[in-house]
Amino acid sequence: MSTSNSRNWRLWIGGGTLAAIALVALLAPWIAPHDPWELLGPPLEPPGQAFLLGTDMLGRDLLSGLIHGARVSLLIGLTSSLCALLIGVTVGALAGYFGGTADRVAVRFTEFFQVIPAFLFAILLVAIMLPGLKSVIVAIALVTWPPVARLVRSEFMTLRSREFVEAARSLGLGHRQIIVREILPNALPPVIAVGSLMVATAILTESSLSFLGLADPNLISWGYIIGSSRPVFREAWWLSVLPGLCLFVTVLSINLLADGLGDEGNPLLRSRRGGAP
Amino acid sequence: MRLLAAFASWLPRALLTLAAIGLLNFTLIRLAPGDPAAVIAGESGAADAAFIDRIRSDYGLDKPMPVQVAHYLGRLARLDLGVSYRSNLPVWQLITQRLPATLLLTVTALLVAIAIGTTLGIASARSRGGWLDVAIGSFAMLCYAMPVFWVGLVLVLVFSVGLGWFPAFGMASMIPKQGTAHLIDVAHQLVLPALTLSLLHLAVYVRLSRSSTLEVLDRDFVRTAQAKGLTDGQVMRGHVLRNALLPTVTMAGLQIGHLVGGAVVIETVFAWPGIGRLAFDALLQRDYAVILGVFFVCSVMVVLANLVTDVVLRLVDPRIGR
Repeated sequence: MSTSNSRNWRLWIGGGTLAAIALVALLAPWIAPHDPWELLGPPLEPPGQAFLLGTDMLGRDLLSGLIHGARVSLLIGLTSSLCALLIGVTVGALAGYFGGTADRVAVRFTEFFQVIPAFLFAILLVAIMLPGLKSVIVAIALVTWPPVARLVRSEFMTLRSREFVEAARSLGLGHRQIIVREILPNALPPVIAVGSLMVATAILTESSLSFLGLADPNLISWGYIIGSSRPVFREAWWLSVLPGLCLFVTVLSINLLADGLGDEGNPLLRSRRGGAP
Repeated sequence: MRLLAAFASWLPRALLTLAAIGLLNFTLIRLAPGDPAAVIAGESGAADAAFIDRIRSDYGLDKPMPVQVAHYLGRLARLDLGVSYRSNLPVWQLITQRLPATLLLTVTALLVAIAIGTTLGIASARSRGGWLDVAIGSFAMLCYAMPVFWVGLVLVLVFSVGLGWFPAFGMASMIPKQGTAHLIDVAHQLVLPALTLSLLHLAVYVRLSRSSTLEVLDRDFVRTAQAKGLTDGQVMRGHVLRNALLPTVTMAGLQIGHLVGGAVVIETVFAWPGIGRLAFDALLQRDYAVILGVFFVCSVMVVLANLVTDVVLRLVDPRIGR
């Protein structure tokens, strides 16, 4: 399973599909046949000649909705993962580098966030901050950073006593320079692999939040389309099946990419989904 | 004695965690824009002044901050989670009414996920590199990438709307049944939601049991057992399984509490009358006392699940805690 050949295969398929989806997201306003919010056809028109993938309850074009939905998924997936990485790397680096009391406090803090039921916490945060792009990003970042912190901490703990760090220290470099310039670049490769998996988790979490109606009501997203068409999902299968397929393919390609990038022996990669749905 | 010592070390940590969660709850109410009393009462605008006053005195919101915190934690310790504004019932009562349904769903799903997941994982490890290994790995990868609500909807479309094999919504038929018929009815209704939830978690157990089986298969004592002339089945049962299942126990313990919290989506899709659905309905009505209550109860369950896992691990593996 883990021969370099099959890894390459995963990298190419995953990366290629993802690149295509990203391109669609970037070019959405130009390639979408219609405005995704425009009421232009009969409601619940099945996929066919006039509307390739059919229309929703209000007669809006589904294909255009899916194309624009790619933007929200990728945008939220990337930004919330970056925020989570920032929190996780900071906490993990400080804990692993300084050790002692700082480490104990950081570990307790991280453990606490791992005890909290993640998805419920995300729902609460979004509900209390009021649904919107910012609150969804903050909520996802706040529930997904702990694995990063643990990983970075362990990397820093092994790296901090290496010769090159000792050398930097004896040259009189400050803690900040040693952390950022010396240790961090060496700790990054596994973090990048975990980070790419986090994008997938973030996209799934965002879709669940939107499905429950907890997203920015002014942004069209795949989860939102499925959630809002629930009352008619028996009659209009395309409104729930197709956006779900988009989510599925996107997440699958990210996972393939991450698998290709990552080290299969890394336990953090294997048990990534501790609680996020 | 070992278990007692473990419990003694667990208790203060657990209490500290629960207090911290209480504090987090308190902070969340404070973080919400507007008057906290009005936030707890819900954003309907229909809460009258008397009700707001009652909340204010219930939560001690008219007192200084440290007193408020102490007051709030004291109430949590007595399992007083406040009153739902919408139903005017104690939140604790609402949650305990709904909890059995959620536990039935999540525990069933977890057991199914573990049973199928570890079987596939061990089969995969035994045929390492073969077609079965690749097939199972790909299946796990597909399960990993599916949005859970979507799986639920697709299963309903296929097995309920299309084939008519299973009911799509609820926990019991419209016409109530008695005795065994009722149990069969509930089991029938349980199939689709439990299957959906278990598919979501299956992949973790496949990967976990595959890697731990592979690790154990390489050990010396397995080679010794094989050299003694035991059959493959005897080696697996007597030597490999017990060791390979340890990470699975840990993972199951970690997941159970989160599974309850994550049941919101599944219970919403299948109209399953559990606490996830309760939280979602409360969310729609901005009934924060109920959401915060569900959040607290789920956190307590995670803490308890951690204890149970620890105890089980100590019983299964005598090396732990020495």
